[in-house]
Amino acid sequence: MTQPTHKDYAGAKLGMWLFLFSEMLLFGGLFLLYGVYLARYPQEFTTASRHMHLFFGTLNTAILITSSMLVAMALTAIQRNQRRLTLWLLGGTIFCAAVFMFNKYLEWSDEFGRGIYPNSPKLAAGPPGESVFYGLYYLTVGLHGLHVLVGGTVLTVVAVRVWRGDVHAGDYIWLENGALYWHLVDLFWIFIFPLYYLVL
Amino acid sequence: MSSDSHAPHIVGYGKLIAVWLGLLFFTGLTVWVSRQQTGIGHVWGSLAISVVKSGLVITFYMHMRHEGWLLRSLLFVALLTLAIFIGFTFFDVLYR
Repeated sequence: MTQPTHKDYAGAKLGMWLFLFSEMLLFGGLFLLYGVYLARYPQEFTTASRHMHLFFGTLNTAILITSSMLVAMALTAIQRNQRRLTLWLLGGTIFCAAVFMFNKYLEWSDEFGRGIYPNSPKLAAGPPGESVFYGLYYLTVGLHGLHVLVGGTVLTVVAVRVWRGDVHAGDYIWLENGALYWHLVDLFWIFIFPLYYLVL
Repeated sequence: MSSDSHAPHIVGYGKLIAVWLGLLFFTGLTVWVSRQQTGIGHVWGSLAISVVKSGLVITFYMHMRHEGWLLRSLLFVALLTLAIFIGFTFFDVLYR
């Protein structure tokens, strides 16, 4: 490149944070719905949440926390100009995202197999509170899963840019913003896990 | 390069690992708390632990500790907005 390109580091990060705030309000709305329906159907929510897979929930929590650490380390690595290490750490993060989604596949397959899915005959015949619980569960966790897929894709793009040398110790805003998004995905799960798997 | 001056704050690997251990500890704690017979205390206990965990993630992993007043205040406004949404909704829902 012959022309010097204008870079606004603070502006790029501010833009990312503003987007993250809008995401917080989006998931906040879903948590609010959970709270309101929990107040209305405490008994049914308790019964329904007993059928959740605590093992998958806990395992996926540990996986997401680990991936968050790996991507934070990737940022440290690129700042210290350790390119190869950055790529390994990003690879580890993306691998964690894939394992998370695979566990989700196993978990949902089992639940679908037991007749628990939106509008299933089993839920339609049961008490309304339980179908509300599972409806919110599939909506919230599904939307979160979508965020995991998007985050994994974004971090893959970032990894390619690191590999090509577009992202380096002097200009790593792509990696920093990608990492911020990934931490937010972890943050939402930190609340989803107790609300759906543990609380009752 | 960048038109604005910024000194990057590099968080060491040791600190990131320490935060990871803390997060794993709190995950274990939240599972343990949920197995105890504390009734409605579960909800508040679990939420309190989640708030501590997200505080760790935002402060250290998302580098909020090293950000200036602008991002800090914006985060505060966003969380306050969320708290108002949730609080006012419950004023309505709980006292119908």
